[in-house]
Amino acid sequence: MNHLLRGHAPLSDSNWKLLDEEARERLHGPLAARRLVDFSGPHGWEHSATNLGRVDKVTPPNGKGVTALRRQVLPLVELRADFAISRAELRDDDRGAVDVDLLALDEAARRIALSENVAVFHGWAKAGIGGIAESSPIKAGKLGRNVEDYPRSVARAVDAIRQGGVEGPFALALGPDEYTRVIETAEHGGYPLFDHLAKILDGPIVWSPGLKGAVVLSLRGGDFLFESGQDLAIGYDSHDGESVYLYLEESFSFVVATPEAAAPLKS
Amino acid sequence: MGFDQYHEPPEELPAETRTFARLSASLEEEAQAIGWYQQRLAVEPDAEARAIMEDAQGEEFKHFSMDLEFLLRRTPRWRAIAKGVLFQDGDIVEHGEAAEAASEEGGDGDVEGSAGPGDGSLGIGSLKGENQ
Repeated sequence: MNHLLRGHAPLSDSNWKLLDEEARERLHGPLAARRLVDFSGPHGWEHSATNLGRVDKVTPPNGKGVTALRRQVLPLVELRADFAISRAELRDDDRGAVDVDLLALDEAARRIALSENVAVFHGWAKAGIGGIAESSPIKAGKLGRNVEDYPRSVARAVDAIRQGGVEGPFALALGPDEYTRVIETAEHGGYPLFDHLAKILDGPIVWSPGLKGAVVLSLRGGDFLFESGQDLAIGYDSHDGESVYLYLEESFSFVVATPEAAAPLKS
Repeated sequence: MGFDQYHEPPEELPAETRTFARLSASLEEEAQAIGWYQQRLAVEPDAEARAIMEDAQGEEFKHFSMDLEFLLRRTPRWRAIAKGVLFQDGDIVEHGEAAEAASEEGGDGDVEGSAGPGDGSLGIGSLKGENQ
């Protein structure tokens, strides 16, 4: 048994299968950042830091004629979203119920996915993580008030990235409001805006909860590095007569290797 | 073209099982090639020819390792047992028996009924290139 202590939870195999499948399903859509960046790992719960390949000078402990350097690393961060499931509901699952109440799990999945997206797109200063949008040296363009302006804004963002020598294919990450505007819009003549943008990008348009505005970024690889220690998992905390207290957890770091491979867009 | 890696009608197998079978066949071929190069190197007196074969065998080591890692990632119990056996000092058979027993008890966070990998995670990993 590992640190998740799943073997101690008063859950049947059927309960675990139900919870794991529900979590996978609920996380798959909102985990937008993972659709766009390079993913390394999972390297395990014990993995604590990402090698940055850089050093700081430090004073040697004693003696002359010796130089000393200290390696720089980026510590992994842990995200955890707690939730509780009714034991009565889990017993109903064992009886074959198909409408088990898993709303608390769904909400926890939404919270942790949102946090991961925010860390990757906008950064997490206290954790030493720089976000894709905030790290870009390219001045944030405007998406425009009207969705008809989006193709021009996106094309300019693609051009700005190319001017820096970074090739595509490119992707467009859109905040939920902006995404909705795109998919509900057909341009003059009925050509879907979604398809027009996809042609400009030669890549996907990704619904990205947690993102403010939009970001165009290259998918060529090697520019944005997500390092996973423990990938998203459900662990066991405790239980009483009424509920089982569980959590969704992961550990990761994120490094922007090529800031100019992305261009932010404001709404 | 042969389809010897299948022991059941391919059309009845799910896509992921067909992929698994292809990689299993590839693993077998790489292991066979490693063995062949080992034999050739044992008898080849020409240094230049040996250097080429050593280089080629190195490629097979890499291919075998990549195939194995893929299969382990897709097979939680196999991965859990392999973690108890590979890269460990000491008695290989003892490690194997202990790792097998631990996997039967749901060790390493691998709970029966869960489709996740051996670390107890949901196995989501990278979603790059996947449709939303």
